Amino acid sequence: MTPVLELRGIDKSFGPVQVLHDVDFSVHPGEVTALVGDNGAGKSTLVKCIGGIHAVDSGEYFFDGKTVQINSPRDAAELGIEIVYQDLALCDNLDIVQNMFLGREHRRGIVLDEDTMEEMAARTLESLSVRTVKSIRQHVSSLSGGQRQTVAIAKAVLWNSKVVILDEPTAALGVAQTAQVLELVRRLADQGLAVVLISHNMNDVFAVSDRIAALYLGRMAAQVRTSDVTHAQVVELITSGRSGDLGLTNGVSA
Amino acid sequence: MTDTIASPRATEAPTISGSVRGYAERVRGGDMGALPAVFGLVVLCTVFSILRPSFLTPGNFANLLTQGAAITVIAMGLVFVLLLGEIDLSAGFASGVCASVLAILLTEQGLPWYVAVAAAILTGVVIGAALGTVVAKLGIPSFVVTLAAFLGFQGLVLLLVKGGTNISIRDQTIVAIANKYLPPVLGWALLALGVVGYAALQLLRARKRASRGLVADPIALIAARVGALAVLGGVAVYILNLERSRNPAVVSLTGVPIVVPIIVLLLVLGTFVLRRTAYGRHLYAVGGNAEAARRAGINVDRMKISAFVICSGMAAVGGIIAASRASSVDPNTGGSNVLLYAVGAAVIGGTSLFGGKGRVLDAILGGTVVAVIENGMGLMGYSSGVKYVVTGAVLLLAAGVDALSRKRAAATGLR
Repeated sequence: MTPVLELRGIDKSFGPVQVLHDVDFSVHPGEVTALVGDNGAGKSTLVKCIGGIHAVDSGEYFFDGKTVQINSPRDAAELGIEIVYQDLALCDNLDIVQNMFLGREHRRGIVLDEDTMEEMAARTLESLSVRTVKSIRQHVSSLSGGQRQTVAIAKAVLWNSKVVILDEPTAALGVAQTAQVLELVRRLADQGLAVVLISHNMNDVFAVSDRIAALYLGRMAAQVRTSDVTHAQVVELITSGRSGDLGLTNGVSA
Repeated sequence: MTDTIASPRATEAPTISGSVRGYAERVRGGDMGALPAVFGLVVLCTVFSILRPSFLTPGNFANLLTQGAAITVIAMGLVFVLLLGEIDLSAGFASGVCASVLAILLTEQGLPWYVAVAAAILTGVVIGAALGTVVAKLGIPSFVVTLAAFLGFQGLVLLLVKGGTNISIRDQTIVAIANKYLPPVLGWALLALGVVGYAALQLLRARKRASRGLVADPIALIAARVGALAVLGGVAVYILNLERSRNPAVVSLTGVPIVVPIIVLLLVLGTFVLRRTAYGRHLYAVGGNAEAARRAGINVDRMKISAFVICSGMAAVGGIIAASRASSVDPNTGGSNVLLYAVGAAVIGGTSLFGGKGRVLDAILGGTVVAVIENGMGLMGYSSGVKYVVTGAVLLLAAGVDALSRKRAAATGLR
């Protein structure tokens, strides 16, 4: 299966500091790709390059097999790439529907088309089998952490997106809510979306991902099928960049 | 899953008791809304009418409305700025500057009233654009920018009215705004139009939502709302249509002050903008989480500038009303306590100083509270000193309620 999103040989520097070295990364539809790496490995930078927030210095960016230029977040959104950041970017004083359509409201003339938005939001939440909210007209401030995460993900899915990138979606959640969100992540992939999951939690990674991409000091140490590796190997890849045959040799991709 | 209830579409159909329970829950959770203002209004009116029976006369009621009109309109504009979590301390003197422009154009230039009014409002718009640009583009806190403007405009008013002379306004149209009354029949007709229009809008919306399978307000709730509006409006119009002249044989004094329908029109317009347009939605979003709004593609700087434009534009309208009521403009127009009363009105009505929460209706409720205090204490014969102290205390109380309800909301996880 061809990857929906593929990066080849990405380099990115901030001034004198090179953050990404010759990174290859591919994301397949219908799969959850876990992006792992220690703090400072370059996960966030890579995601921001994908999302068009940072311009890459060199390298190729393929979407649906075609090479594309991503210069701004708008370009990425137009392709169908949505990023759910860790801080979720929800407005507490607005309700679920209002948050999901923020900045892209449907309107008739100058009047907001609340009914259509409410229907679309309800349909999206239903398609994600979200049954944890009492009313989609309740304010986000009254939602739990897991519910907020759900709303943020539903917001990303609403726009017929093809790639959804989740930045540590379970970092602040309890056990039950983590399970809910992971279930939702799995469901997104099962619906044919390509999902990128950034996580520090190996249990989460092994619970839902199909592939694991491990970054080590700005280099892609390995991109492997989850079923082919063990916990210990992934931890080694994260901490030292190699594990047995896998990973970097002398700091260069094997 | 502990908090599972039902799929979102199958949300339980709301009933009257459900709506009441929901409201009670919100209040307990820290979202007091207009409750403190309404409660305060009832208490104040009761106390004043017991202590000073003249408080409850039709004449005083009409007086009260025109007394609070200018402050209420300025407060309505302030709501837009407060929604963003900003403040405009110069709104009072901005209204003074606009009123001066109006007076000068009317008297010295002899221009017709509509040109003068347009120029005054344009002045407000320019002032707002300048303030908003400085706040948004230079990033100076609005508190400082508008404090500087407060001083600057105070000086500007002095310069415009040539060192403190009093320009009297003779234009009949302008003077009529706050000093003349609608014919009683027209008062009833406008009320009927308002009630029927409100009922039609509510029913249409409920019907449309129900036909699409969405949760709609129950008919009983709509009936209660429409009924409340009809009763309150009816009582007000009835009282205002009573003869309140001391000597009806000489001059008859009946009807709703002309300024009241103007304020109602501004209320409808402002509420429409805030509740039904994308612009209003984005104002709330920027006030709630500016970063989220920015990432959603909302131009935060433009929102800020536009809010200041609306605020100063409304201040101009307030200034025109103040000039009309006094039939003159002097260096103190829009000065002294006007700004604090206006901020107080918005906050007392339930608009948050922290941004993201507020309605145009709040300004009217709060403005009424402020007007009642001012009017009632005047009737009691208290000096200006006492009035200032009491109004200051009420403002502090309202801000305290705002802060505490926020804290409470945080404690109950509603924030």
